[in-house]
Amino acid sequence: MNDPAMPKVHLDRTHLRHLLTAMLRIRRFEEKCFELYQTEKIRGFMHLYDGEEAVSVGVIEALRPEDAIVATYREHGQALARGIGMNPLMAEMYGKLEGCCRGRGGSMHVFDAATRFYGGNAIVGGGLPLAVGTALGDKMLKRNSVTACFFGDGAVDEGSFHESMNLASLWKLPVLFVCENNLYSMGMAVERAEADTDIGHKGVAYHMPGEVVDGMDVVAVEAAARRLVAQVRESCVPCLLECRTYRFRAHSMFDAQAYRGRAELDVWRKRDPIVRLQAWLAETAMLHPDEIDRIEAEVAAEIDAAVAFAEAGTLEDVKDLERFTIMDRVPQ
Amino acid sequence: MSQSAGAAEPQRITYREACKQGIRAAILADPRVFLMGEDVARYGGCYAVTKGLSEELGEDRIRDTPLSEGGYVGAGIGAAIAGVRPIVEIMTVNFSLLAADQIVNNAASISHMSGGQFAVPVVIRMATGAGRQLAAQHSHSLEGWYAHIPGLKVLAPATHEDARFMLQPALDDPNPVLIFEHVMLYNREDVLDPAVTGVDISTAQVRRAGRDVTLITYGGSLFKTLEAAEALQAEGVEAEVIDLRVLRPLDTPTLLASVARTHRVVIIDEGWRSGSLSAEIAARIAEAAFFNLDAPIRRICSAEVPIPYAAQMEQAALPQVATIVATVLALVRSR
Repeated sequence: MNDPAMPKVHLDRTHLRHLLTAMLRIRRFEEKCFELYQTEKIRGFMHLYDGEEAVSVGVIEALRPEDAIVATYREHGQALARGIGMNPLMAEMYGKLEGCCRGRGGSMHVFDAATRFYGGNAIVGGGLPLAVGTALGDKMLKRNSVTACFFGDGAVDEGSFHESMNLASLWKLPVLFVCENNLYSMGMAVERAEADTDIGHKGVAYHMPGEVVDGMDVVAVEAAARRLVAQVRESCVPCLLECRTYRFRAHSMFDAQAYRGRAELDVWRKRDPIVRLQAWLAETAMLHPDEIDRIEAEVAAEIDAAVAFAEAGTLEDVKDLERFTIMDRVPQ
Repeated sequence: MSQSAGAAEPQRITYREACKQGIRAAILADPRVFLMGEDVARYGGCYAVTKGLSEELGEDRIRDTPLSEGGYVGAGIGAAIAGVRPIVEIMTVNFSLLAADQIVNNAASISHMSGGQFAVPVVIRMATGAGRQLAAQHSHSLEGWYAHIPGLKVLAPATHEDARFMLQPALDDPNPVLIFEHVMLYNREDVLDPAVTGVDISTAQVRRAGRDVTLITYGGSLFKTLEAAEALQAEGVEAEVIDLRVLRPLDTPTLLASVARTHRVVIIDEGWRSGSLSAEIAARIAEAAFFNLDAPIRRICSAEVPIPYAAQMEQAALPQVATIVATVLALVRSR
């Protein structure tokens, strides 16, 4: 893996293999989740990230272990990219005690103290004030940490977006705001929701530097994230990164997608971040096709193991139902 | 607790000053503690609780926020999770509705939802209640709503000792704690008992002992209830007055012990009657002490209207001493 302290992306074979692997882990993990949803192993609301993998992989590549992440209910990608194990993540999808949140959060509420992963927030825009807070706390404790706050274009419609952008800029807090603009907040097209659809431009109103990047290009996302994270960390000012991306699947498992046409989907499918990276790697002879097969095999084995882990997992005893509603101490 | 200002000499101070001493002491005791809210620093607080503190403690520890309740309350929650100890001030409970998403969906939920990985040790203070002719958007008593929410602790300091000392155990608590200060108490003067150097945030307290009836109340209604108890004594009725202090979790054993002695209950709550804290208390007593009751439980609550501006209308909407006295007399004489 590249040194996160370096603002530039090193396009060597090892790193590119790593990026491809990271995206494939997310894609294949979610394909399995989709299957498991059909067989009712996974229930509840589940929002797949299919098509958006380059955003979480590219941004998280630029972070250090001491940095914090606040994400949305569509956060399997961030969770895996951040290093939450596939086993506890799959067990969480199953609602098992061995899940990262003991099966209490499920798909929409992934939390992990070890990697400073603060959700898994299922109120659109609800995570942004939290991210302002983790950054404020880190700054007061002189941690030199950055909080990466992921949110969708729908969150931009919420007052909390504007309050949080203003607070972070006013107080010079180390937040990287990452808008995953997939053009729809559920079924609401961005041009039907925003008077100005240029989300990246909205940082200007808060004196916040930023960039707009092709969210279907993992190298471009990583490069932009590295530039902005370095700026956030060094100057302790927040930045806004808009990643233009697209979700290939439905909003959730209950969505007939009446709001968009097949032709639009086909156009975006051609820009699939995984297909693009693979094609480029083949063209430049950076990665042998056999190597891609090997990656697929590794990922498949990891997923099989995660499913086996989740299947073998136990259910939390209902006698613990009320446990952790009120805490008896602050966990260390 | 040893840093109570003024030490041995009993001080006659306002409730506002007691709150301020508590905030000052907490900030001086722990570098992680700071206060933030609208106009808390240069203005000195909308009820002047923090007047002068930013000059003494600096604007990082007494931090003015823009008018972004959802933003800065959420930031307080995030900062608490990250390891500092924020005291977030909201001007009034009505404004807290702009931050209700953060309080209910984040502060109250994250510990349980994350399987106990995180605690949320944030303290959120706000004014509540009517009596200053501030009309319908500054006068409501919505603390009962928050007392409905698992994952929160809800405090209502009425006495000077509680105003002064509840803050520190609230900050020490690993859970989100909401503190409701009734607007009519800020100017109230009383002696801060120098013998008291700390209080709990878990029990209700008997503020006046009596054998004939139990009057259960909290916050701004405590002193109306105590005044009513005085008047009742002149009528030969010995009323026991219980100050809930803690609205969540309710100290039910203290309530039941009193009912076992008096066999009659009147609940005085400035919240509205329907779906209220008073309803919850009445239900608990009925569930656990039905056969100890000699008479139906009575409730005195605010009229079910948005609190109006005009003084006579506002007062007509609120629990009053005369109403408490009349209700109790009717109850004890119905035997």
